[in-house]
Amino acid sequence: MRPRAAILLAAAALALSASGARGQQIIADLSRHLVAITTGFAGAEVLLFGAVDGDGDVIVTVRGPDDDVVVRQKSQVNGMWINTQSVTFAGVPGYYAVAATKPLDEIVTNPVAEREQIGAARLRLVPEANIPPDRAETFRRALLRNMERTGLFQARTAPVRFLGQRLFRADIVFPANVPIGRYTVNVYLVRGGQVVSAATTPLLVSKIGLSAEIFDFAQDRGISYGIIAVAFAGLAGWAASRVFQRG
Amino acid sequence: MQVYLPIAEVSVDAFLLLGLGAFVGFLGGLFGVGGGFLMTPALILIGIPPAVAVASGANQIVASSISGAISQWRNGNVDGRMGLVLLVAGMAGTILGVVIFRLLQRAGQIDIVIQFSYVILLGAVGAMMTLEAGRTLLRRRSATRSQGKLHQHFWVHRWPLRMRFRRSKLYISAIPPAAIGFIVGIMTAIMGIGGGFIMVPAMIYLFGMPTLTVVGTSQFQIVFVTAATTLLLAATTHTVDVVLAILLIVGGVIGAQVGTRAGQLMRGEYLRGLLALMVLAMAVRLAYDLFATPADLFSITGGR
Repeated sequence: MRPRAAILLAAAALALSASGARGQQIIADLSRHLVAITTGFAGAEVLLFGAVDGDGDVIVTVRGPDDDVVVRQKSQVNGMWINTQSVTFAGVPGYYAVAATKPLDEIVTNPVAEREQIGAARLRLVPEANIPPDRAETFRRALLRNMERTGLFQARTAPVRFLGQRLFRADIVFPANVPIGRYTVNVYLVRGGQVVSAATTPLLVSKIGLSAEIFDFAQDRGISYGIIAVAFAGLAGWAASRVFQRG
Repeated sequence: MQVYLPIAEVSVDAFLLLGLGAFVGFLGGLFGVGGGFLMTPALILIGIPPAVAVASGANQIVASSISGAISQWRNGNVDGRMGLVLLVAGMAGTILGVVIFRLLQRAGQIDIVIQFSYVILLGAVGAMMTLEAGRTLLRRRSATRSQGKLHQHFWVHRWPLRMRFRRSKLYISAIPPAAIGFIVGIMTAIMGIGGGFIMVPAMIYLFGMPTLTVVGTSQFQIVFVTAATTLLLAATTHTVDVVLAILLIVGGVIGAQVGTRAGQLMRGEYLRGLLALMVLAMAVRLAYDLFATPADLFSITGGR
């Protein structure tokens, strides 16, 4: 991995010197643009590398595909804890992570972080229905807390490391439960609390191979899938009883 | 060894699933029960989404009950007509169960309904079994069994729509068997169980069927209702995970054979007492989750 990373970084530096003339002060790329969820998938790590022109700090955000999320609140009914209230949030990223060279509040001003949605707590998460602001805030916090617990929102700011003056790298960690879809990786060059340059690179998380085929088959041809599942179970049960009867 | 379950969309240790399948299969072989009522809650406890646990559990029961059903059929212990009545009603129940399942899922109440149903079911079954095992242990010496009358008339004999069930030597209304089949069908779709432990006592005590025919007929019914449930859930909710089912089946068939052999070495009443305690423990655990203050009052669904 190390020699390969060095080559990638060298390439990034070369590419930056070529693009520097056009005013692009930060560039970045990923060690791969596809995270393949195969049958043995148990999470993945992707290396992000890049280069900056001039000094400043680097922030990296990774945002997964948006989806609707329902947040439910339990309350006690006859002694039992039952879901009694729910609030739907639209456009919630299925994954969110942030990495930076220093703690976020030391390098970027709050309005800028809000505008660029840097940090999970600053994601724009607005409930669909009109509810009082304090209720909305309670549910928004619950949403963040639950996403952090499942590992899909990373509460901690991961490190971005400089190698020398211009080159930097960061590791993006994906847990086993990452949703499939298109991800966006943003890199920001920050100087004096302001974003002076930014770049975007895409990343695809996709089911590949057997697990993808099984999933597609189950979705597209449910009846055939069901027949095969039942037939397999029936055959396995029958075969096992025959084998063990003889033994 | 981690394996990614394509439908459940979680990564689980393959040996954990094989072990779980083997353990439930072992219990099945040991006690002569299907084990669906232990499998589904266990899968939920290790983090499989309830909908996937129910559907894949139903698929696994097809495998675990088919060999028994085949040998029962060969030995002539299946009352075909009774089986058919149970089956037709069971399919109707399954369809209704799938509809209920989807409605509850949309309302966000499915987990609680599954959990609550299991608390009631496991609590009742466990308590009955404990009493029964305790009584047997106490009265082992005074073995006086009252001989059942050949021509006992239950209330079910007076209802309309009477049918003759030749193999069971019965002439009773078709409504009660249909009702039992229907209820078991609903439970299969919502809870991922075969329902043998409901059908068996119902057929013995409510209809007065001979025990041998009861066991054969319920095995026959379970194969078809779980197969229908698997098919329906695969076609509508797409929640059958074959990778999960295969691992459980492989573990299950091995466990069942070991269990059957072990069962021949141990005394029946101790076995039943042991199973009863396990069922009760499971009920207590699930009830605790239902009544204890959760660590987080908020939960999220959709989007994952």
